[in-house]
Amino acid sequence: MADNNVKLQVKNLNFFYGNFHALKNINLDIAPRMVTAFIGPSGCGKSTLLRTFNRMYELYPGLRSEGEILLDGNNILGRDVDINLLRAKVGMVFQKPTPFPMSIYDNITFGVKLYEKLAKTEMDDRVEWALRKAALWDEVKDKLKQSGNSLSGGQQQRLCIARAVASRPEVLLLDEPTSALDPISTAHIEELIHELKEDYTIAIVTHNMQQAARVSDFTAYMYLGELVEFGETDNIFTAPKQKATEDYITGKFG
Amino acid sequence: MEKFSNNQQMQRQMLLDNIFRLSTRCFAFLVLALLVGILISLIIGAMPSLSRFGWSFLIDSDWDPVAQKFGALVPVFGTLATSVIALLIGVPVSFGIAVFLTELCPNVLKRPLGIAVELLAGIPSIIYGMWGLFVFAPLFADHIQPVLIDNLGDIPLIGLLFQGAPMGIGVFTAGLILAVMVIPFIASVMRDVFEVVPTMLKESAYGLGSTTWEVVRYVVLPYTKTGVVGGIMLGLGRALGETMAVTFVIGNSSRFAVGLFEPGQSISSALANEFAEATGEFHMASLIELGLILFFITFVVLACAKLLLLRLQKQEGKAS
Amino acid sequence: MANSTLSEPLNVQDRSGSSSTMNTSIYRRRRLVNAFNMGASTLTMAFGLFWLFWILFTLLQHGLSGINLQVFTQSTPPPGGQGGLANAIYGSLAMTISGTMIGTPIGILAGIYLAEFGQRGWLAPATRFINDILLSAPSIVIGLFVYEVYVVSVGHFSGWAGSLALALLVIPVVVRTTENMLRLVPNTLREAAAALGAPQWKITLYVTLRSAKAGVLTGILLAIARISGETAPLLFTALNNQFFNSNMNQPMANLPIVIFQFAMSPYEDWHTLAWTGALLITLSVLTLNILARWMGSQKTQSH
Repeated sequence: MADNNVKLQVKNLNFFYGNFHALKNINLDIAPRMVTAFIGPSGCGKSTLLRTFNRMYELYPGLRSEGEILLDGNNILGRDVDINLLRAKVGMVFQKPTPFPMSIYDNITFGVKLYEKLAKTEMDDRVEWALRKAALWDEVKDKLKQSGNSLSGGQQQRLCIARAVASRPEVLLLDEPTSALDPISTAHIEELIHELKEDYTIAIVTHNMQQAARVSDFTAYMYLGELVEFGETDNIFTAPKQKATEDYITGKFG
Repeated sequence: MEKFSNNQQMQRQMLLDNIFRLSTRCFAFLVLALLVGILISLIIGAMPSLSRFGWSFLIDSDWDPVAQKFGALVPVFGTLATSVIALLIGVPVSFGIAVFLTELCPNVLKRPLGIAVELLAGIPSIIYGMWGLFVFAPLFADHIQPVLIDNLGDIPLIGLLFQGAPMGIGVFTAGLILAVMVIPFIASVMRDVFEVVPTMLKESAYGLGSTTWEVVRYVVLPYTKTGVVGGIMLGLGRALGETMAVTFVIGNSSRFAVGLFEPGQSISSALANEFAEATGEFHMASLIELGLILFFITFVVLACAKLLLLRLQKQEGKAS
Repeated sequence: MANSTLSEPLNVQDRSGSSSTMNTSIYRRRRLVNAFNMGASTLTMAFGLFWLFWILFTLLQHGLSGINLQVFTQSTPPPGGQGGLANAIYGSLAMTISGTMIGTPIGILAGIYLAEFGQRGWLAPATRFINDILLSAPSIVIGLFVYEVYVVSVGHFSGWAGSLALALLVIPVVVRTTENMLRLVPNTLREAAAALGAPQWKITLYVTLRSAKAGVLTGILLAIARISGETAPLLFTALNNQFFNSNMNQPMANLPIVIFQFAMSPYEDWHTLAWTGALLITLSVLTLNILARWMGSQKTQSH
């Protein structure tokens, strides 16, 4: 069943907010250790799709999905799937930085402690490792005991990435991770995405088409809940097959 | 052009505006003056007692209208003891209710259950008192108290708390009824502050694989701690000053006792029972001094509550 | 491996080479703790509802049987005699209404100051702070205050003294809701009125206050609900009166104190009347509460 070149396989996925049909029959393969970007106008369903990968939608009543999403060949939408274990395997970073109300160190260890029991030195190593992964270590190594809120916006977002990385997930979901950041912090994060894809499968939702072009290997263009076009980023941006994609990319849209 | 030069009309409007502004200002000032007025009138009323007993009033346990000798220890202790019991029971329950309403409750039930909790706050205190005396106390005396006294009364130290006759009324019953009364206040403040936690923050904790409890314990609670403490203080303020519910069930004894089941007295129950029939200058003044003490304690507690809640608001303003 | 399911422990590939298994015992424990705490939380909700329904049930059980015409037409009886609660109901209504009439305008004007003119200076923040404290201040202390200031100087207990004490309880509630509701009125509305050249007092009274009417009214209803059950501040102000009395300058009977006296007495028929009174008070207070909330929700829905 499992294809070595597919990490996440979306099969006939439909999604409903009550009576509203938000995702229509989505089929898509996400390759391992690659960056897949989702673009499209607001309300096209790209965030909704991302939030089905870790079943974040389950926090809210009235939301439901139909179809299958296979993670390494296992359907994560199945009834017997433990959502907490799934989420430990699929990390997520949000539009705005969300440091927890605790110290930088505790922010990183929070997710680790949920599933692993580590000695102090091992934990220290893990924190350093995660912060280095997020290119934040040099900036915060002397103030690990300070509150996560004391950092700048860009640093906070990298802290959130480090936090997601620390529990060693296999997939990272980035939901417009730079939408609240200034251009310099954005550049930092984009660089980071490049490095992280060596170890993780990354799915990123973005409003910014240049960003998708810069960071991703594959791009999916969505519109009104449908997947219009999906392919290698270079192809999508240089030779889109669909007229709709071309219009959106060249700014003729609307 | 003519309109602009109509000075008489403009002056009239400006005068009216000033009068309006000044009168609303006066009434705002009146609210302030009310507090100062309460304080001054209580101090004047308590003067005979203040000057005769001085600070020893606070540590003297005698309350003897015949000998005209008065001390506040028993009622002050009773007020604090009942309030502490109320918080010990009320805070965990309120926390549970707030968690249920914000994290667990299905959407359809949120509003009706929220209203039900608020109705609990709406029931007049005299009803709680009457219900406690006629319904709860007999049940408690017949079925629960004997068990507690038999099983816990013999343990050294702790046992002291559980001795006494099973009468149903007493310090513990008063505390329990107070707990039920403060639960809605504390629970609704907690629910309100829990609701201001950004969704994205909670989602990021869920995103790491946390359980609902872990999200509440490590994210929601630390994020809202000042508000939660503020809510508890607000409940404490209510419990300290509550009169009728306590008066019915505390047993009204001015003898000092540490037992939970012993009858006791709180400041407000002493006032409710004795004030209208106070005999002699010092009895009256001592009762007013009790009122002054109560007002002072609740003022401090409520002021702290308010300051904490204000701090949370500021912090929120900064974050957004 | 690829075939592991998510309901079983996960094998996590360590990027640095070594491999560690997720500690299942930790996860099992966490799930247990979560289930326990969520169960406890549900129980606390049940606990709260349990008291509400138990109290309401006993009130209906004991109070319903006592309700008859006599209750509304006759005055409180001596022990063993026939009678009703007419004098107490009348007194309660009279004092609640006059207390509301005195307290409401003061509260609204002070609330207007806080919302409309309170941007600068020390008075507004100080008043807001003190008002919130008065909101939860012990009502028995308010009774003491009115006793000291009014009853002592007039020389006797009276219905007016009771009304005054209740008015002092109304003020903070009305101040608070008036301010909050006025703040919800969008500034553009004020600006639109000002652009027409309307003076400030007209803007406030005819535009701002009017558009916040439903909210302010809700606050007044809540204030009435609060004072109609209050007992403590009436103890040393209105006192009680065994007979029917419509003179506000005399001691006046009222439901809460009659309930207090009758319930504390050893007489069975007085107890029955006390339960009846308790039922009447609770029903009216809860009705006012629900009415206020209903009005409040109408207001928010129309936005």
